[in-house]
Amino acid sequence: MVKKKTESIHVPDAPHRPGDETKFEQWSWKPEDLNRLDIECSVDDAINHATGLVRVLDDDHEAKGEWNPNLTSEELILGLEHMLRMRIFDERMMKMQRTGKLSFYMRSFGEEAVAIAQTMALKNQDWLFPTYRQPGAQFVRGRDMVSMICHCIGNEEDNVKGRQMPVHYTYREGRYISVSSPVGTQFSQAVGVALASKYKELDEVTITWIGDGASAEGDYHYALNFASIFKAPVILNVVNNQWAISTHSNFASNNQNFAIRGIPYGIPSIRVDGNDFLALYSVTKWARERAAKNLGPTHIEVLTYRAGAHSSSDDPSRYRPKDSNDFWPGGDPIERLKLHLVQTNNWSEKMHKELEERIDSEVMDAYKEAVKFGDLANGPYPSSDAIFTEVYETPPWHLLEQWDEMKRWRDE
Amino acid sequence: MPNMNMVQSVNSALDNMLSRDSDIVIFGEDVGYFGGVFRTSDGLQEKHGKHRVFDSPLSEGGIAATAFGMGINGLRPVVEIQFADYIFPAYDQIVNEMAKVRHRSGGEFWCPVTIRTPAGGGIRGGHHHSQSPESQFTHTPGLKVVYCSTPFNSKGLLISAIEDNDPVIFFEPKRCYRGPFYGDPHNVPTWKQHPEAEVPESYYKIPLGEARLAMEGDKCTVIAWGTMVHVAEQAIRNSGISCDLLDLQTLVPWDRDAVVKSIEKTGRCVVVHEAPKTSGFGAEMVASIQERCFYHLESPIERVTGWDTPFPHTTEWDYMPSPSRIAEAILKTQEE
Repeated sequence: MVKKKTESIHVPDAPHRPGDETKFEQWSWKPEDLNRLDIECSVDDAINHATGLVRVLDDDHEAKGEWNPNLTSEELILGLEHMLRMRIFDERMMKMQRTGKLSFYMRSFGEEAVAIAQTMALKNQDWLFPTYRQPGAQFVRGRDMVSMICHCIGNEEDNVKGRQMPVHYTYREGRYISVSSPVGTQFSQAVGVALASKYKELDEVTITWIGDGASAEGDYHYALNFASIFKAPVILNVVNNQWAISTHSNFASNNQNFAIRGIPYGIPSIRVDGNDFLALYSVTKWARERAAKNLGPTHIEVLTYRAGAHSSSDDPSRYRPKDSNDFWPGGDPIERLKLHLVQTNNWSEKMHKELEERIDSEVMDAYKEAVKFGDLANGPYPSSDAIFTEVYETPPWHLLEQWDEMKRWRDE
Repeated sequence: MPNMNMVQSVNSALDNMLSRDSDIVIFGEDVGYFGGVFRTSDGLQEKHGKHRVFDSPLSEGGIAATAFGMGINGLRPVVEIQFADYIFPAYDQIVNEMAKVRHRSGGEFWCPVTIRTPAGGGIRGGHHHSQSPESQFTHTPGLKVVYCSTPFNSKGLLISAIEDNDPVIFFEPKRCYRGPFYGDPHNVPTWKQHPEAEVPESYYKIPLGEARLAMEGDKCTVIAWGTMVHVAEQAIRNSGISCDLLDLQTLVPWDRDAVVKSIEKTGRCVVVHEAPKTSGFGAEMVASIQERCFYHLESPIERVTGWDTPFPHTTEWDYMPSPSRIAEAILKTQEE
């Protein structure tokens, strides 16, 4: 008889749970530690950058090192404004959710820099294939807030016609591809989008994001493999915000460095401080240059922290220490950029407060305008005819029959 | 007009479309240099270029996802899943993504992808080279589902599928690639001499959603698709009963008018498919026929299908509907 072992399956523990003292591994990386890589670097050249952490803003909010993108103060202030708009917009939407005007909401809290800095580093013709945590990219591409709110409340003016949950934006005009709930699917699809641009010989790059949690899906690996084999002009970002709802990133991978996983696929990979606007901008611009020069994909781990709940249906105090965000060494991306601008005499607390007030009233105005077209609690909603349209290019007979039946009950 | 087998006719459809539309790209496992394990893309890479006809990693999920991305960015990909049994890693991409993107994006993005996949039994393929999973796709709104049966209809239907702006799952009955199959594994003819093997070299289309009246009669309507069209033809001959044989060709959307018209004439019906019985597409046919034609029916509708078991290897002839089983069902519908 085989002797029974004393230990059963090993199930990892999260590093901290409610009641625990929050601990984050302190970052020892300084902006000067990592050189700027040549865009024609080999995969091996990038290993230090995959295991290290690219930063530009140091702990004293100074921009330093070879990765400093040397942006103008106007560009930085625009980035700050987009991030602030995202945060204030999120706060307003959460309030609306709590009063029943939205069914559900997801904030980008603490991760505002990710979509905004990265999209600003791209060209307008580049395709964005986001998850639900990158809506800020739409501000960069000029989407009207009223239209965004109309989608979230699923009213008559919702451009996706009341079919998708809030935050599942589609914005073709801004090349922001439709968000899908099955997490990870966009990652492998983005490679196809990029290959189509290459097939058409256009100067277009595709950027996509996936969470640390969803990087355990097959789609993540399909994406890296296809992108590498076919040299797709694609930027593949793993946004490691450390939590997939209640599941810590140590369930997504037993190697807590996510960037390094790109190396064996033959893709230059870099880990970047996801709360450092300048570092994000710089690394993304570098990746775009590589893609545009036919050097293939770049894999980026965006190290950040989900400062808020996963969604309006989630209560993180049940699975992680309530105060853990305060101990996150990355700090608040908005505060960091603000202090950098103040320090370089391009910004002041007073200007910041004025900007906040202006955005706050813009968001309020947009909200008031949007609810003119209805809200979730009171309607009017998009016509339920939209259940049957756009399932196919032209509705086949069986949909027409069922549509008539629905109308008979609805219009009775 | 040249005589083609179904490998040649599928190849001819792909060749025609590659020449007509520069947005078409073809990829899948072994489809490029080698021309496909069934040879359906033989010579196409050489003729149209490596960037248009190429091999992919062994990654059905990756193939479908890449096709999705290309499709929403203006291309018209035609991909091959080497055996329908291997389509399931791509299922999420097909069912949740391709099928829904037009709808979920308010019509701002759509995905004109064709997924070709050899399906069905009769080649001693065992569990995983024999299945016929059409009903796993007919249950998904947003997909069109086609199942060809002859060299002539495979080409015309495939061209329509490729030109369609919705995602199409295109099943090719691998048993019939090189000849029709009449249910006798010891006597398998080639397509030579068969009228449906007269295939023009040039472009032509068979509209999706239309059934083909393969045999005409007035005592019973036999509905089948894929390999079973030929097995049913043999069964009808054996039964001595005058039957309409409807080759459905497109399962979604299926040809309501042709089915209703035939059943109103015959009053009796047998539905045949090689996929398992429970929740098979035959169940949809039977339910729809009784909804539409109940007062024209003279006898219960019969179903002849594969069993609700995995597909066997050496004993597949006891699994697949045979001419005898189908003939018995036809005769049963004739009982007063």
